[in-house]
Amino acid sequence: MLLIPCPWCGARAQIEFTYGGDATLQRPAVDATETDWVQYVFLRDNPAGAHQELWQHSAGCRQWLRVSRDTRTHEILESAPAVEASPGDAR
Amino acid sequence: MTQRFRMSAGGAIDRSRRLAFEFDGMPYQGHPGDTLASALLANGVRFVGRSFKYHRPRGIFAAGSEEPNALVQLARGARTEPNVRATTTELYDGLIAASQNRWPSLAFDVGAASGMLSRLLPAGFYYKTFMWPAMSTAWLKYERVIRAAAGMGRAPGEPDPDRYEHQYAHCDLLVVGGGAAGLAAARAAADSGLRIILCDEGARVGGTLVGDDVSIDGLLGSEWIDATVRILSANPDVVLLPRTTAFGSYDGNMLALIERVTDHLAAPPPYVPRQRLWKVRARRVVFATGAHERGIAYQDNDLPGTMLAGAARTYVQRYAVRPGSRAVVFTNNDSAYAAALALNAAGVALAAIVDARGQGEITGTLARRARDAGLPIVAHAVICCGHGRKRVSAVDIAPIAGGGRRRVDCDLVCVSGGWNPALHLFSQARGALRYDDTLTAFVPRSPLSHVVAAGAANGRFGLAEALADGHAAGLGATGPNLSAAAPPHAEMEVGAAPLALWSVPAPRRGGKRFVDLQDDVTAEDIALAAREGYTSVEHLKRYTTLGMGPDQGKTSNMLGLALLAQATDRSIVQVGTTTFRPPYTPVTLGAFPGDERGAHVEPTRYLAMHDWHAEQGASFVNAGLWKRPYSYPRVGETPEQAANREAKNVRANVGMVDVSTLGKIELQGRDVAELLNRVYINRWDTLPVGRCRYGVMLREDGIVLDDGTTSRLDANHYLMTTTTVNAVKVMQHLERLLQVDWPELEVYIASVTEQWTAAALAGPRARQVLQAVVDIDVSNEDFPFLAFGECQVRTAQGAIPARLFRMSYSGELAYEIHVPADLGRAMWEALIAAGEDFGLMPYGTEAMSTLRIEKGHVVVGAEADGRTTADDLGMGKLVSAAKWCIGKPLMNRPALTAVDRWQLVGLTALDGAVMPRAAKIVADLDRALPNPMLGHVTSWCWSPNLESWIALALLAGGRTRHGEILWAVSPLADAKVRVRVGPPCFIDPEGERLRG
Ligand SMILES: [Zn+2]
Repeated sequence: MLLIPCPWCGARAQIEFTYGGDATLQRPAVDATETDWVQYVFLRDNPAGAHQELWQHSAGCRQWLRVSRDTRTHEILESAPAVEASPGDAR
Repeated sequence: MTQRFRMSAGGAIDRSRRLAFEFDGMPYQGHPGDTLASALLANGVRFVGRSFKYHRPRGIFAAGSEEPNALVQLARGARTEPNVRATTTELYDGLIAASQNRWPSLAFDVGAASGMLSRLLPAGFYYKTFMWPAMSTAWLKYERVIRAAAGMGRAPGEPDPDRYEHQYAHCDLLVVGGGAAGLAAARAAADSGLRIILCDEGARVGGTLVGDDVSIDGLLGSEWIDATVRILSANPDVVLLPRTTAFGSYDGNMLALIERVTDHLAAPPPYVPRQRLWKVRARRVVFATGAHERGIAYQDNDLPGTMLAGAARTYVQRYAVRPGSRAVVFTNNDSAYAAALALNAAGVALAAIVDARGQGEITGTLARRARDAGLPIVAHAVICCGHGRKRVSAVDIAPIAGGGRRRVDCDLVCVSGGWNPALHLFSQARGALRYDDTLTAFVPRSPLSHVVAAGAANGRFGLAEALADGHAAGLGATGPNLSAAAPPHAEMEVGAAPLALWSVPAPRRGGKRFVDLQDDVTAEDIALAAREGYTSVEHLKRYTTLGMGPDQGKTSNMLGLALLAQATDRSIVQVGTTTFRPPYTPVTLGAFPGDERGAHVEPTRYLAMHDWHAEQGASFVNAGLWKRPYSYPRVGETPEQAANREAKNVRANVGMVDVSTLGKIELQGRDVAELLNRVYINRWDTLPVGRCRYGVMLREDGIVLDDGTTSRLDANHYLMTTTTVNAVKVMQHLERLLQVDWPELEVYIASVTEQWTAAALAGPRARQVLQAVVDIDVSNEDFPFLAFGECQVRTAQGAIPARLFRMSYSGELAYEIHVPADLGRAMWEALIAAGEDFGLMPYGTEAMSTLRIEKGHVVVGAEADGRTTADDLGMGKLVSAAKWCIGKPLMNRPALTAVDRWQLVGLTALDGAVMPRAAKIVADLDRALPNPMLGHVTSWCWSPNLESWIALALLAGGRTRHGEILWAVSPLADAKVRVRVGPPCFIDPEGERLRG
């Protein structure tokens, strides 16, 4: 089971988190083409190595995190708030 | 009965006490310190079970958890357990065990006598015979035979009477295995301030050192163990867990351990769990897991009396048992000489030590000692077959180069084909392995950053090097600072390289040379699989079942893949290993749920008004984790009859239902309306304060996510309700949007589902009831449909603040009243009292469901099933053209707008028939199968108001089919019912009642 460092709560067990998928996706503009939306909603890269992904500390502080995980080893390389905000500025 | 094969002295057993036990109905005795296997051997019991496929006689092969043969059925009744390894079962007084895989008895087995199984079950039998399309007929033909013959023991037929516990732990260093290397590692790291856990499978830590005649720091093996354990036990930072197997190694250095707390006791004390499942997070792990000896595939190498050489040595030294009277040792390496010396010292006659290596290669310390002791060593030779029926009586030996065979009488064959480091857990932790040609075994390629293997597990098979390796691994965990004790010292033994010998040709055609004793896989099976193209080791495993038994091939896998390499002219490195998976040894299923069974599987959520509902005799239904009233049966009523009465009363008078389970989310901030515009299909910036609006949310792909009502409480303050089932999902959805996608929106959200309790009051007389308890005017003029307001409810406990909403799920004039949760019962009872004169009845979820089906309201999870669009549900016109929302860009893809989309319709059963549950809809009953499915019933009920069975359904092109007569069929229920298609709303389609 992964041990995920939450910037607010420290290292916590994976069961406290919910996976949120690829963190590098950029939401298309509202008037983007259907093709852009299909790309955004359905198509994913499957890298062997560092993968930027979203996790929510759902059984903890409820914050969404941006986590870098090596898909080959499951090593957590980095974890940070989903958006640039300082701890304590949680919504 | 006497223990004929028990030695009069030595061993780590307590001769002062005798333990009585029973095997296959016969009484025997043993001593504390025995395992079931050692006690059976002490009593001369060699034949302990029959093999899985061929039902061949089998004896005890090993002395530890790698045992492939001696699996027994332990105990009786509710505590009976199949496939228990006799070699790891501690003996206790009154133990009862029975052999497995035999019928009618161990000595005479029908399956074995007929030879039927051997012909029936060649390699790949299951694949060849049961591949579709031949499968169905073949299975019918063979099923009874296979079911009778196969199987490993019997599961208990009664509920498990025992408790299991879960324990979480953190430590700086986890040492798995308490043999020489593990103890050295723990000793080296202790006193450094690190928190250490050391676990060991055995009742007594020490591994093979227990009873061994070696010297460490001038102490005998057992003495050194005791001294080291004393040091560790005195250290408050060290936790010693005997009888504890680490069975799984997972990401983030989490290991799963199973501690057998009471399995060794005749009568488990009350209030103590039988087993404890540990989940340990370790900063560092040392796998001092030892090594497993492997056999050599020669003909009839499975006869009882054949065992691993290291096991024979353990039985002699640890258990003071002579496993035979006259032994032949067969080896390709040095270690078996230690067994030969031990047997010799114990008075077992050594008929021959058959060493496949040449005289010049047999140069190790141990071999020299054997030679000095006058033991007969036959170099450059092999055993080519065994003789005997229910136990070995002789073996044929021959020069390895071929030539004249010679028969040697014996009742014990000790085999050593080399040693495999036990790297199961290291490998699960993603440690890479490499094949070492000198050791003829896989060893760790390199340590991981926080995980190392030490001792025999690291290929350091000699005692001195294992101690040094363990010591170094322990120091590796502490850092360089320490004034650590010197490494434990043992005499260095000179070793000679082993010879890679895996099999010996069979003298007799068709002779069986077993590789995997547990699964009855032979060298011939592996050759056959290779010829048939199963050259990947993973394919070989599944095709032949090699290593797929409960022992996971601990003594056989290496042999199997070496033979595959030979058969395919590849190196062992090219063949590789199969993936190691947890559990290392079988784990009782009860340990996984632990205390989370029965009602404790998941939490139960009770409504604030639960006690009131229970007092009124409600029958309850599970809605997610919630307990909700299904209906309130009166004397003589079934719950269904009660629901019909309640549903009728709502339309005739007034009813009240507890809707507290609805998800409630408070939203505040400048940009709430903008957020709502983006997440709902309809428009929200136009919603005035004091009004509610129904909304539908889509997923990004255009499919319906959830629906509910959101109310504007104040300029920047809204309350959203979600469906009960999606309360958590919607909250998470909004959190993600606000935190990740649109952090610029100023919106603060909080889930208040459990902070507010809610009642829906519905029916033509709802207003009169409500007006009697609230302090605001709720007339149609002052409080119209979809109004929101705050008010006070007069209750027996005084006035309480409430939020009042005019919205309707039933289609009647209806209100929702929300009050702080702990005031819920006061509000509820005030309304019940006020309703007495108006015919108010509480109603449950069943009547609520009937009312909403009659009204054609959809439920997320039934009508919206993860494939439905808003338009499918008839809500396409809700989509605002004036703005963007989630799901909008993709909701008009061709497949989502096709004319034959399954669309929401209402169905009425004709001919007085009962609507079958979950029926499919077809046009013509007489069509050839498969009859094209036009749609399916999503919700159905008896409508007491229409006096007919009705349903909501999703039907291909449904909106153009109103008036058609179709069939709702349920092959499972053998029901076929004519139905008339119509609009989903059966009652008051104009909405006059709810606006009235
Ligand atoms: Zn957190």
